[in-house]
Amino acid sequence: MPFPLTETMHQVMTPEGKIIGEVPLLSAEQLVKLYRWMVLGRAFSDRMVALQRQGRMGTFSALNGQEATSVGLAAPLQQKDWLAGSYREILSYLVKGVPMQAIMKLYRGYVSDDYSAEAHCLPIQIVLATQLPHMVGIAMALKYDRQPQVAVGVCGDGATSEGDFNEALNFAGVFKAPVVFVVQNNGWAISVPRSKQTAAQYIAHRGPAFGMPGYLVDGNDLFAVYKVVCDCVERARAGEGPALIEAITYRLGAHTTADDPKRYRPASDLTEWGKRDPILRFRAFLFDQHILSEKDNDVLHEEVTTEIEQAINRLEALPPQDCAQVYDLVYSELTPQLKAQRAQIMRELGRE
Amino acid sequence: MPRWTMIEALNNALALELEHDRRVLIFGEDVGKNGGVFRVTEGLQNRFGEERVFDTPLAESAIIGTAIGIAVYGLRPIAEIQFAGFSLLAFNQIVSQAAHMRSRSGGLYTVPLVIRAVFGGNVRSHEMHSDNIEGLFMHTPGIKIVIPSNPYDAKGLLHAAIADPDPVLLLEHMRLYRSFRQEVPAEYYTVPIGKAVVVHEGSDVTVIAYGAMVAVALEAAKQLESSDEASVEVVELRTIAPMDEQTIADSVNKTGRAVVVHEAARTGGVGAEIVAVINQHCLYALLKPVERVTSPDTPFPIPTVEDLLIPTPGRVVNAIRRTLEA
Repeated sequence: MPFPLTETMHQVMTPEGKIIGEVPLLSAEQLVKLYRWMVLGRAFSDRMVALQRQGRMGTFSALNGQEATSVGLAAPLQQKDWLAGSYREILSYLVKGVPMQAIMKLYRGYVSDDYSAEAHCLPIQIVLATQLPHMVGIAMALKYDRQPQVAVGVCGDGATSEGDFNEALNFAGVFKAPVVFVVQNNGWAISVPRSKQTAAQYIAHRGPAFGMPGYLVDGNDLFAVYKVVCDCVERARAGEGPALIEAITYRLGAHTTADDPKRYRPASDLTEWGKRDPILRFRAFLFDQHILSEKDNDVLHEEVTTEIEQAINRLEALPPQDCAQVYDLVYSELTPQLKAQRAQIMRELGRE
Repeated sequence: MPRWTMIEALNNALALELEHDRRVLIFGEDVGKNGGVFRVTEGLQNRFGEERVFDTPLAESAIIGTAIGIAVYGLRPIAEIQFAGFSLLAFNQIVSQAAHMRSRSGGLYTVPLVIRAVFGGNVRSHEMHSDNIEGLFMHTPGIKIVIPSNPYDAKGLLHAAIADPDPVLLLEHMRLYRSFRQEVPAEYYTVPIGKAVVVHEGSDVTVIAYGAMVAVALEAAKQLESSDEASVEVVELRTIAPMDEQTIADSVNKTGRAVVVHEAARTGGVGAEIVAVINQHCLYALLKPVERVTSPDTPFPIPTVEDLLIPTPGRVVNAIRRTLEA
């Protein structure tokens, strides 16, 4: 077998914030920036859930608990690298350069037309694992075009049961595409635990099965995720082909604002995983290394809160969604049918 | 001018595209070394290399899924699905992904993808190989569907599909692949997507058809005209979506009678849409109810009975006669 089965979980920092491995070479400024993203992700998620409760936002999937994986998988990417994930990867999208406004508009029911072309992210995926073949295709195109970029496809543990997950890995292996797959194994697919998705011990084992290395990583350890993603991305960039990373993390929130995890999940889980909170762990390191003070931390939280509030204010000041726009986005040019339907609704709404 | 079968015309179009545009890539099952199970891609891998024309693992969803990524990136993928009936394994990728990428991304990304797939009856193929699936995809905003009836149109529509910025499904009828030859220019030309054509002029009744049913409609027209029973106009759609309503309406408003013919099952099919178009644009010109001649609402007829159950010139003649009754 060209790639051994990996049973060791990569870890750099224990849940208490003690260093047991090699810390990536990052400046104090870079470290604080990564921490800021994690804090922003948590605050953004909490605020979105609160806005949903107030009827100001549609159904939202909380991101809590997965900040280390989300930030750690996106931060090593260059601007022109490609990224696609699902609704649980919103924080990765923000790190990659998708404006907060684009995400907020999506969840408020607007046309999501604020994705920046420079961010190189595909629209947030809804149909599980479907984005992975897209990333393989982009990676194949990059390889054909002799471009130095890579593509990163992210999904959850539930999505690994989908055909597209397995088809994507198989194509990536066969075509030696410069793509890195990251599975955010957060333990739950709505109410179904990881143990019921696959009888295999680890999802990472499927890497060697498809002819690529598979890595297990502590998904609540920012440094570990960052390091393994860096290694896999550089390997893909060097033309050595795809890799699969399984990041073990935990969904501290509900699946979405429409879900009640008390129906299926023991409260003790939260106590246990609360101790492994990725933000607290990284903060302990930053405090310990005197990279961040309590005061810095307070200021940073205030800044993040302000940034989010300003985005909400801008969002809520937007004019209502123009219903004509949905007609214009279907084809490059309006078909005669759409032209007629659009004209008719404009007449009926008195907007001629 | 060369006289080519539809297969040869398509092969020529693909070769021209590969020659002139390095963004064009062709892939699917058996399209490389084997040149496709029907030889549409014959010789292309030899001539243009494995990077441009390649075989994939057998996974329709990933064929279309990777093609979407390749198209979003900016290349011009032409993905072959070996039989249209197998495209349902890629249904999500076609319907929810390729077709919706433009709207889901707020217009940021486009999917200039061509999906080629063979289908169609009267060739005694085994189940699932003949399935007419155009109706399933016609209900999908965001894709275009073209179905040629002859070698000339097949080549021109394929060129137009590749030039189109949106995903196009090109459905090639198996029976038409090698059934006849036609003069086809060896150089590049396009046949416009979204335009129907009057292939035979007449004044008493309009028959609307596409794909292999065009020849059936023309044969019916010939029979009725040789017996001086009726002057039959035949409209060929060429594009199923978006449908050319104007050409249908102009013809039916002229003749006052219409017969819709397709090989697919009846209920909720392309014919139902055509009847709705006629209803909207031609109701007061109609002298009789519109007739539909289709295959039955069964799974595609099995080989031993398909010739009886797929529309025949005789059944089209009968339908036309019903529209002519006093």
